[in-house]
Amino acid sequence: MIHFFLKRFSHVFPAFIGVTLLTFSLIHLIPGDPVELRAGERGIDPARHAAMKAEMGLDKPLYVQYFRYIGGVLKGDLGKSFVTKKPILEEFFTLFPATLELSICAMIFAVLVGLPAGVIAGVKRGTVFDHTVMGASLTGYSMPIFWWGLLMILFFSVHLGWTPVSGRLSALFWIDTDTGFMLIDTLRSSEPGAFKSAVSHLILPSIVLGTIPLAVIARMTRSSMLEVLKEDYVRTAKAKGLSSWRVIMVHALRNAMIPVITVIGLQTGVLMAGAILTETIFAWPGVGKWILESINRRDYPAIQGGILIIATIIIFVNLGVDILYGIINPRIRYTS
Amino acid sequence: MKWRKFLSIAGFAALFCMLAVSVQAKTFVYCSEGSPEGFTPALYTSGTTFDATAKTIYDQLAMFERGGTKVLPGLATSWDVSADGKVYTFHLRKGVDFHTTKYFTPTRQFNADDVLFSFNRQFDKNHPYHKISGGSYEYFSGMSMGTLIKSIEKKDDYTVVFTLNKPESPFIANMAMAFASIHSAEYADNMMKAGTPEEFDQKPIGTGPFQFVSYQKDSAIRYKAFDKYWQGRAKIDKLVFSITPDASVRYAKLKAGECHLMPYPNPADIAAMKKDPNINLMEKEGLNVGYLAFNTKKVPFTKVKVRQALSMAINKQAIIDAVFQGAGKIAKNPIPPTIWSYNDKVKDYPYDIAKAKKLLAEAGYPNGFETDIWAMPVQRPYNPNARRMAEVIQEDWSKVGVKAKIISYEWGEYLKRSMNGEHSTVLLGWTGDNGDPDNFLAVLLGCDAVGSSNRAEWCYKPFDDLIMKAKQVSDIKERTKLYEKAQVIFKEQAPWVTIAHSIVFEPMSKKVVGYKIDPFGQHIFYGVDLK
Repeated sequence: MIHFFLKRFSHVFPAFIGVTLLTFSLIHLIPGDPVELRAGERGIDPARHAAMKAEMGLDKPLYVQYFRYIGGVLKGDLGKSFVTKKPILEEFFTLFPATLELSICAMIFAVLVGLPAGVIAGVKRGTVFDHTVMGASLTGYSMPIFWWGLLMILFFSVHLGWTPVSGRLSALFWIDTDTGFMLIDTLRSSEPGAFKSAVSHLILPSIVLGTIPLAVIARMTRSSMLEVLKEDYVRTAKAKGLSSWRVIMVHALRNAMIPVITVIGLQTGVLMAGAILTETIFAWPGVGKWILESINRRDYPAIQGGILIIATIIIFVNLGVDILYGIINPRIRYTS
Repeated sequence: MKWRKFLSIAGFAALFCMLAVSVQAKTFVYCSEGSPEGFTPALYTSGTTFDATAKTIYDQLAMFERGGTKVLPGLATSWDVSADGKVYTFHLRKGVDFHTTKYFTPTRQFNADDVLFSFNRQFDKNHPYHKISGGSYEYFSGMSMGTLIKSIEKKDDYTVVFTLNKPESPFIANMAMAFASIHSAEYADNMMKAGTPEEFDQKPIGTGPFQFVSYQKDSAIRYKAFDKYWQGRAKIDKLVFSITPDASVRYAKLKAGECHLMPYPNPADIAAMKKDPNINLMEKEGLNVGYLAFNTKKVPFTKVKVRQALSMAINKQAIIDAVFQGAGKIAKNPIPPTIWSYNDKVKDYPYDIAKAKKLLAEAGYPNGFETDIWAMPVQRPYNPNARRMAEVIQEDWSKVGVKAKIISYEWGEYLKRSMNGEHSTVLLGWTGDNGDPDNFLAVLLGCDAVGSSNRAEWCYKPFDDLIMKAKQVSDIKERTKLYEKAQVIFKEQAPWVTIAHSIVFEPMSKKVVGYKIDPFGQHIFYGVDLK
């Protein structure tokens, strides 16, 4: 097991170096000068322009900038934002709880709906339910998030008035956000109704962000179930006279879960990408929206740092998934 | 016993009153378009930051009239200007309190030390706060204040003297701008002593109508009315900036009653907003101008007749209809009509293809020529769709034989290349900073601005002499005459085609009363009430 873990862990470093190199080069490939953008129509005199570039460290050759950046990263310093002049780590972790809270809720929604839907569709193959689930999941998977989000807002918030339009909490509640997790902070606050407001603000963004993972999970669970249900051990279990509930839940689902867990792991990346759009539509103050704004402002340290941290999280989530396989299915552990 | 009963009744009454007050607390929610970069306006340049700071938390020595461009006394009750126009003496207001918050309790009222601190931080490179929070004062340097100011001195606790290197009439208007906000020197000292000077820029203290309560990054900024505000307490009790970057979502929030006012609506939503019975759509001409600048250093735009001909070959009304969708007004002068000294007598070039052809022939181009039109890649208040505008102009010019190629770059690149004069003609515009004509005419068309904000690369001595003279005269009537003449010369020489002044729309809930659209595009909530 330790050998398996170490082997998996050794894959992390090349991925990490790849991410830093890719983000750094992509940012510098995008046209646009952060100094010019700040000066706007007014323009800036060449001396001041050069001075500002030097202040930002952009006057050095690209390879020097890269190694400086990597040097900082290894020391745990991701630099300071060009715009707010605050350390990137501080900026990121102020906003990260909002993204995490939303992602967890979206994933819970996706798993709670997608997994049973996939199982039932697999078991009841060819039925109306199966066709409905497959049709809906294909639609969900193909749905542009931005349009889907706006549609949900217009219907549920503006037309029906059931949910708030955007944000994390009603403007009427003035609570201290100590943990950054609104559900926890509102529970801890003494303001009546704040928790309910936080929950109601989470509903639509979670559904919108969870739609694509839900569709993928449902489809993957269904096809995985179909494969497993054909296996000999399932037939044996049935022949033993076990209840169909027990056959499906214990014998089939456990084995069918392996590819599903892989997909759930991979969906973490999809959630982060989806968060950029979802957070923008719902004015959700998370890292997705922050990175998007940083790209528009050519705030290089914020883009590099933000993507690096997110990539690191995704790498570790996938490492966790790899290790989880080994626990669920010992064959993987031994063959690798 | 009776006393006890009386006291208990009085106690209940007091409690009831307190509850009633708390229930009635008026919370105004403004769906702002973005997050502030910080809370010290001098460090930043965006209007979003100024909205959240300059007119909410802070005051300036001079102030713009609410909803206008007239300069009124602010934290200075009056000022004297020396005969040579180089020495400005400000007499400061007495009895002005700074905010008392959880993190700072002032021990003294506003005085000259605070003015010195606020300006020296930007002006003096050795000031202990100069380098704090990045130490970049783009507006201060952009307005050439660093080279303009010679010294700032405290004469007594309530008198401050600014000595300039040269006369500069717009100086007073500059003192009303966001970068000139007045901070508490006492608070700055405390923060420095505590070893947390950066906090000074994140947890603001000012003398303005609202005091800062909290900021949740990218989510909301909360303020409460400052009880001891020198102009009287604000009518609303709490002010919330609910940060909502997407215009469609802002509109949805306004419709759902989640905010009272939103800035920058989508032009496509304007018609629906006008029809909505729950929305009050205010509109006002913006303090801006959208223009097409000819590169007057490049052939054939070195010839005045070519510039005049191409000015005549553009159907501006078609642009207003197609690009602004009615939310604009044809511009004939380089300054908007809301600015004093606007010369209404100036006659714009008519849309006249025949005359344009004749002028081109006279200039030696009977069959036209090939050129380019640079179109901005971004939407700006003075130009909602530069690409579309360029297409209309391209079509118009083709009628006089001028074949134009439309070119666009990424915004930063666009600004840089156009500043270097790489273009033949370029679409751009300007939004005023301080309501002074100098802020348009000198900044955009003066000889000093060639190579930077003067995209026409136009340095014409008779024009430049007038605007340079106007800078040195403090009498507004005399300045008006000079600027009026300058506008006539500008029109004759045609370094730009002045295209449009946009109309600013501010949709708000019908509950909002007393709101005035700020000509500078800022959003000011002092004086606003909810019914």
